[in-house]
Amino acid sequence: MSRALKLELREIDVSYGASQILFGVSIEIEKGATMALLGRNGAGKTTTFRAIAGLVAPSAGQILLNAKAINGLSPYRIARAGIGYVPEDRQVFPEHSVEDNLRIAKKPGAHRQVYWNLQRIYEVFPTLYSIRQRAAGRLSGGEQQMLVIARALMGNPELILLDEPSEGLAPIMVQQIARLLLRLREMGVTIVLAEQNLHFCQTVATHVTIIDKGQIVLRDKAENLERDAEITRRYLAV
Amino acid sequence: MNLPALLDCVSSSSCVVTQVSTGLIIGMLLFLVASGLTLIFGVLGVINFTHGSFYMLGAYFSLTAYRVTGSYFDAVIAGALGVAVFGVVFERLFISPVYNSNVLMQLLVCYAFILILDDVVKIVWGTDFQTMGMPATFALPPIHLFGGFVPPFYVFLTGLTVAAAFSLSVLVNKTRFGKLVRAAAVNRQMLSCLGVNTSLLYAAVFGLGSLLAGAAGALAAPVRSMSPEMGFSILIESFIVTVIGGMGSIIGAFFAAVLVGIIRAFGSIGYPLFTDGLMFAFMALVLLVKPTGLFGRKLA
Repeated sequence: MSRALKLELREIDVSYGASQILFGVSIEIEKGATMALLGRNGAGKTTTFRAIAGLVAPSAGQILLNAKAINGLSPYRIARAGIGYVPEDRQVFPEHSVEDNLRIAKKPGAHRQVYWNLQRIYEVFPTLYSIRQRAAGRLSGGEQQMLVIARALMGNPELILLDEPSEGLAPIMVQQIARLLLRLREMGVTIVLAEQNLHFCQTVATHVTIIDKGQIVLRDKAENLERDAEITRRYLAV
Repeated sequence: MNLPALLDCVSSSSCVVTQVSTGLIIGMLLFLVASGLTLIFGVLGVINFTHGSFYMLGAYFSLTAYRVTGSYFDAVIAGALGVAVFGVVFERLFISPVYNSNVLMQLLVCYAFILILDDVVKIVWGTDFQTMGMPATFALPPIHLFGGFVPPFYVFLTGLTVAAAFSLSVLVNKTRFGKLVRAAAVNRQMLSCLGVNTSLLYAAVFGLGSLLAGAAGALAAPVRSMSPEMGFSILIESFIVTVIGGMGSIIGAFFAAVLVGIIRAFGSIGYPLFTDGLMFAFMALVLLVKPTGLFGRKLA
């Protein structure tokens, strides 16, 4: 979709008040990859995403997008630099229609490129077209999840952060989201997703990073996960 | 209580026309102030206690502009735009640092500025009552309407305010700016993550609210005498209007302002010593029947 992209977290620490959540987290994502950040509840996945999106400032370390530091920028500047954020609790604008939720997010990408518009969104998300006039607060969880992914795309991001897109959805909806992510991957959208669902990650991700107690414990290609079975059991089994 | 006078008035068409038109202009001015107040509260979550002082500044700005240029239209523009600019600077410097603070901290900042601005007005314009007088453009014979007489300025003020209310409602409900404003009211952080500069948006909303208060001051200048305390009484009435209409509702503010204006106009004949009390009684009645105000919605 655009030029080469690289997101890099270098040794970032994040604390909320006195409690430190992330300890020297380093992550690299190359253009076109779909990286799953796996970990239990409370492992630090959401905090990592919030740090990338600019919602919490790292106390140490750097976040670089295409070699430029983005930590410390306001969330809107990070969004304009090309990072789309889909939070765990979706955060639709409940009283706005589906279409208005999409329109609000409309902006050109970091290099002024415009690939995504309403028409393209509706081609990829036909369900959203059929409910475009409905208030977003009245959609089902799965419909809301599609809406927020589409909303992030409307900003023509180079990379999207998806926080637990399969959480709380019926299995059939999870499959639909997985198919959608595969399609976006084919289209060249770089995706980072936080997940607890190992199977879901194996289906959609190219790379896997496991986080535990705020530290990265494994980085590998998704196809090697079987080989890392011992590690995945240790860090992901409940 | 003077019931015979009230009965005399409602049985005479000229008195009814006079009181209704007086009530309407009270209502229109209240709407302009209250709509800015409710807009700022609805989006920014801040109760701008300084809003009455913005109305006062609008009146004094327009007075000076009128004395300098001799044109009432210039005076209205000076009052509205001058206060809008002042509001934006005020929001950036003093209100934005306290968005996430306790409401008492916000109240403290605003109350400080009520006192400061009153003193600034005393220093610049003096402590005496000042009047603009009816601008030459409107120094025309009253219009004969339904057996009564209405000053042309009243018609102008009412027409302009209704147009402003309509434009404001279109702006908030139909435009991209309005969609962003309503989204910011619900979830500022998420909107920011979508690439919207919400600080700019907040400043714009505060500026718009201030513009409305400044315009109200400028429109009040020909029909009200000005004094450094004029901001405080309209602040209280605007709160009443906002509460009756429903916090955050612009259409609610409009109807509530008209109702309060009419109550004041007729109350001043029937209950001259209890006009303010009538407003409070009406507010209490509305709150008993509908605690969220006439057009207010339950908070989620």
